[in-house]
Amino acid sequence: MKFFIFNRKFLKWLLILSLITPVGIILPEFFKAKDAWGEWDKDTIKELVGYIPKGMEKLDGLWKAPFADYTIKGFDNGIIKISFSYIFSAIVGIFVCMLLTFFVLKLIKRNEKNA
Amino acid sequence: MHIPDGYLSPQTFVPFYIVMIAIWKKAIDKIKKELDLKNIPYVAMGSAFSFIIMMFNIPVPGGTTGHAVGSAIIAILFGPWMAVISVSVALIIQALIFGDGGITAIGANCFNMAFVMPFVAYYVFRFFQKRFNKVYISSFISGYISLNIAAIVTAIEFGIQPYIANEGGKALYCPYPLKIAIYAMGAEHLLLFGFVEGFVTAGVMYYFIKNKDESLKVKAMGDL
Repeated sequence: MKFFIFNRKFLKWLLILSLITPVGIILPEFFKAKDAWGEWDKDTIKELVGYIPKGMEKLDGLWKAPFADYTIKGFDNGIIKISFSYIFSAIVGIFVCMLLTFFVLKLIKRNEKNA
Repeated sequence: MHIPDGYLSPQTFVPFYIVMIAIWKKAIDKIKKELDLKNIPYVAMGSAFSFIIMMFNIPVPGGTTGHAVGSAIIAILFGPWMAVISVSVALIIQALIFGDGGITAIGANCFNMAFVMPFVAYYVFRFFQKRFNKVYISSFISGYISLNIAAIVTAIEFGIQPYIANEGGKALYCPYPLKIAIYAMGAEHLLLFGFVEGFVTAGVMYYFIKNKDESLKVKAMGDL
């Protein structure tokens, strides 16, 4: 079991990064930067090219993510609420990613032994 | 670089799903043979790192935003097949839980950031490391080049849409043609985001070498 001890120093850095993720929305706001290229919503596309492509109209909104845009419902306006949402999403995200990757890899290795 | 739903036509996103399933299968076969058990927590932390580094949006003043992916350093440290799995996990979580990247585009997004990018990164690193033996410079170049190649591949996927899916001269999905997509995504990654990925790759390499358990080896330096 001692193989599966997560390196504490690296874990600590992941948590520190989680706490400063609001930088990722404050900086773009400050420099008046908008969406990433190719990631505009339908209204912005309409402004940019004058129409909403038909296929896009159909596929957009296909999936309702529980924390869309890394925000919690009700915490999606104002820099402080959004920052809180971001930190929450970051912490949820790192733990879900770690656990899922961990179990996927464990499963792959276990199946090998049984084979 | 996360393609949302609605930008790729089915004749694009379906083949990418099929290709990605084949790649995941291959990755599982490779990992079965090669994975050292004690690397598992590190690769898991790599997935989390990739997830979180993508939340740091870097602005082009007055323009768009972009971010590093973290795929390059994971590929160098643990091998490209490990990066396929760990970065795919991060991308799938981002799509399902946080709506970053479309559900239909999971195949394409994983292809760009969890397949093209780590493989380019791994071999670019080895190329420079073998010739010049400067680990931080090789890491930086690996991050810079791999992010740019991934961005260009993404731009091609966007840019072919108006040609393969249109109706009466109007695009059905991404409306921008190849030339615009490649110029726009190429420029911002060549001039800014590529450097960010380079610094992230070299920086993590530095921290990893200083703080890792002694028994861990940097995969890309294994037999150089």
